[in-house]
Amino acid sequence: METLAMHISNGIVNGPVAALFAVLALAVLALCVLRGRRDLDDRLAPMAGLVAAFIFAVQMLNFPIFTAGVSGHLLGGALAAMLVGPWVGALCVAVVLVVQALVFGDGGVAMLGLNISNMAVLGTAAAYLLITLLLRVLPRTPAGLGVTAFVSALVSVVVASQGFVLQYWLGGTTDLGGNLAGLAGTMAGAHLLIGIGEGLITATTVVTVAKVRPDLVYALRALKPAAPAPVVPVAGGAR
Amino acid sequence: MGAGHAHVLYRESTSPVHRLPPEVKIAAMVLFTLAVVATPRAAFWAFGGYALLVAVVAALARVGPGWLLRRAAIELPFVLFAFALPFLGAGERVDVAGLSLSVDGLLGGWNIIAKGTLGVLASLLLAATTTTRDLIVGLDRLRCPQILTQIATFMLRYLDVLVGEARRMRVARVSRGDDPRFLWQLRGFAAGIGALFLRAFERGERVYLAMVSRGYSGRMPAVWQGAGAATAGQWLAGAVVPLVAATIAGSAVVLQ
Repeated sequence: METLAMHISNGIVNGPVAALFAVLALAVLALCVLRGRRDLDDRLAPMAGLVAAFIFAVQMLNFPIFTAGVSGHLLGGALAAMLVGPWVGALCVAVVLVVQALVFGDGGVAMLGLNISNMAVLGTAAAYLLITLLLRVLPRTPAGLGVTAFVSALVSVVVASQGFVLQYWLGGTTDLGGNLAGLAGTMAGAHLLIGIGEGLITATTVVTVAKVRPDLVYALRALKPAAPAPVVPVAGGAR
Repeated sequence: MGAGHAHVLYRESTSPVHRLPPEVKIAAMVLFTLAVVATPRAAFWAFGGYALLVAVVAALARVGPGWLLRRAAIELPFVLFAFALPFLGAGERVDVAGLSLSVDGLLGGWNIIAKGTLGVLASLLLAATTTTRDLIVGLDRLRCPQILTQIATFMLRYLDVLVGEARRMRVARVSRGDDPRFLWQLRGFAAGIGALFLRAFERGERVYLAMVSRGYSGRMPAVWQGAGAATAGQWLAGAVVPLVAATIAGSAVVLQ
């Protein structure tokens, strides 16, 4: 479970619900594999690997939130959707989760479907929808791009955390009675804070990459296929 | 990066478990975990059986109990959650040492601790006996889509690139008079995170192009050469653990 410093571990949510979400995750990932193959060229392959490595590294940063006795971590779905697109992006996050479950024992293997549904599917999908929407509305400046990255990252983290609440409501192994609303509130509050951190990291990274190598930002590529770089390089780099 | 790509959890050895092909180990580990999760939570003896099974495999793999337990500490946050459940849970309650505890919460807490710990121990045993390269080869032989193994390959390689670039940037900062202590180290790091990403990408891109120019086409040579794939005997040897676990789980369900 994300709130407790790592992903959902074995035994938190019951078997049928875990199986249901495993089927859902498999179906979505199969679609992503089909669509992602078209996207993955010589430029995107190393980028996808690096995005996955980056997400792997930032997921190790855990933020304790003392008041609630919980902690959470960055998810990286928005960064992935921004830089490599929704299909390959979801696959990147899923690969991170699979390797963490297989090798590091972080998140139960039997609960992979739940974790992938929350972080890879829900998180990335929410982020990408917002990105396409905001990029259309906001001005095409580094600031506009930064705001897009920040907001989509923030929202995607909160949405992903609510995915867990839904799963716990459907098949939590312990009946919390009326505390479910409390769980939802704790998760949302905690992940709002995490989302701010995630939004800052995503915005800094994406803006830097867009300034130096706009060709690498998938979201900008999809927006203006043959147009010149939308963001002008600025001397002095990120800050 | 020249000295192999073993990760921190890998324990160099030539035990029977180490020599088993990775695809067998991955399949056995996943099936074992599924059997554990399917076990009814009140069948306490079954979890004893699983723990014994894990201990036997650990002994065969020459992985010490001290190492396993230290590494299993990753699970600690869940243990805390499990301890909170008896107080939060609804339904029938019992009095233990003057505290009113929920029966459902107690069982739920036990459920999380037992199944979570067994799952963590199983994946630690896999990690201790399998290099990252073998892990990818194993996933590929289990018919994992190539795009996924490709992303995983690059992820594991680029982790080293990222760590290396971060170290170089820190050395660069320190050699220019930046001398942060404790939490203030984060400031310099956070300010440079975009630059870190870009530097790592450009280095990673060169690694990728070097691989492509040497004939890389999306799969590691070990996979398409087909050497070292599991034989029927090795599959049988690897099947022992999940079969025993499935028997335990089956009898636990029947006896319930």
